[in-house]
Amino acid sequence: MTWTWFHRLGSPPYIYRLAGILTPWFGWLAGVLLVGALYDGLVIAPPDYQQGDGFRIMYVHVPTAWLSLMIYTWMAVAAAVGLIWRIKVAHAVAAACAPIGASFTAVALLTGMLFGKPMWGTYWVWDPRLTSELLLLFLYLGYMGLRSSFDDLQRADRASAVLAIVGVVNVPIVHFSVVWWNSLHQGSSLSLTGKDTIATPMLIPLLLSMLGFTLYFVAVLLVRLRGEVLRRERAASWVAEVVAT
Amino acid sequence: MSDRLTPPLTAARLVVSRDLLLAFRRPEQLVHPLAFFVMVTTLFPLSVSPERAQLRAIAPGVLWVAALLAALLALDFLFRDDAQDGTLEQYALSGQSLTWLLLGKTAAHWLLTGLPLSLMAPLMGYTLGVPMSAGAGIMVTVALGSLALSFIGSIGAALTLGVRRGGVLLSILILPLAVPILIFGSRATELAIRGETYLAPMELLASVVVLSFTLAPLAAAAAVRISLE
Repeated sequence: MTWTWFHRLGSPPYIYRLAGILTPWFGWLAGVLLVGALYDGLVIAPPDYQQGDGFRIMYVHVPTAWLSLMIYTWMAVAAAVGLIWRIKVAHAVAAACAPIGASFTAVALLTGMLFGKPMWGTYWVWDPRLTSELLLLFLYLGYMGLRSSFDDLQRADRASAVLAIVGVVNVPIVHFSVVWWNSLHQGSSLSLTGKDTIATPMLIPLLLSMLGFTLYFVAVLLVRLRGEVLRRERAASWVAEVVAT
Repeated sequence: MSDRLTPPLTAARLVVSRDLLLAFRRPEQLVHPLAFFVMVTTLFPLSVSPERAQLRAIAPGVLWVAALLAALLALDFLFRDDAQDGTLEQYALSGQSLTWLLLGKTAAHWLLTGLPLSLMAPLMGYTLGVPMSAGAGIMVTVALGSLALSFIGSIGAALTLGVRRGGVLLSILILPLAVPILIFGSRATELAIRGETYLAPMELLASVVVLSFTLAPLAAAAAVRISLE
């Protein structure tokens, strides 16, 4: 097996074209899945016996919360690849991931708060999940802040890569310390569903929606990646050709 | 060439004694974080209430937030002078392991800021109505917590070298990572104040120390090399 297809991914013009070809596929697939998942989740799935229709925000909340963590991991892996093998495209991927991840984190926080108001009677409680999600948002903001404080792109790439790797080592420690802290201060924690199993008619739209949001993330990532590659390669001759056509 | 090189531990020790000597020649590095810690702690009786019962209830949080902020403030100076006068560059070029040299530098930094803070913490606790019997517990936990913070913070200090307004950015980078230190530390202090056994949170804090002690100098060395490029 040859690895030329893999090595070609490191080439900015190639990745620019490839991302352009792939974006509509991911985008449309994500659109279809999300519409299906939302219809299934909001209309077909039965209301919860305890929470009524309020639980339905889960179909946005769970996928975004899950993605907020997954994107951070992706970002750290891309940053590590860029740092170790000095691949420019990998740094561009990490840079493109950060704002998307921060947005998903913000959406997860917002939907969690909207869920909290009818369920717990307040928009904000110091629940371990909400708290560690907030800390994750701070980590994203720190990453973007560090990246934007350098004028030199290479230094920004490499310094923020170190931070992303340090962060990914720390995320589980921060998460478990927050869980531990909360269990000390609040007794039994507020649970999202009140039971640990979920009925199949409720689960299917959730899985659809998670897949749909993941594909949506990839589509947005590809669009941002193209922009990032163009910005970084603006002095290259191939960019002039692409922009001219 | 390598047989003439100083062993890494000796080199790290030399860095520690050099930094201590420099700090004692210019003692404001030693005094400023302490003064900051005392002042922040003073703000709480003034802003919350001078009532002893109320102060004692918030004492663990006050001590830890104040100590964390003071240590964070001091981190800003960790590498700055040496980066400006080229000492860090010489370290990187010396052929010595930069990781060991930075380990020494961070240890010296803790001796100059974290250790005095932990000695001061029981006194400030006393002013907040904490019994003297809790003093030893507070001292040990603040010492451990500030040690972990020095090591984790050394990464942030190295990353923000040469950044404009690096101090604020340093806080934004480091504070989310310092959350476990704050949680375990203030919990141990709270238990110590109540006269209960605080071994469990202190051991968790110690494990954070071990983890940061072993991994952070590697990341800090990588960050310093990036900043020197």
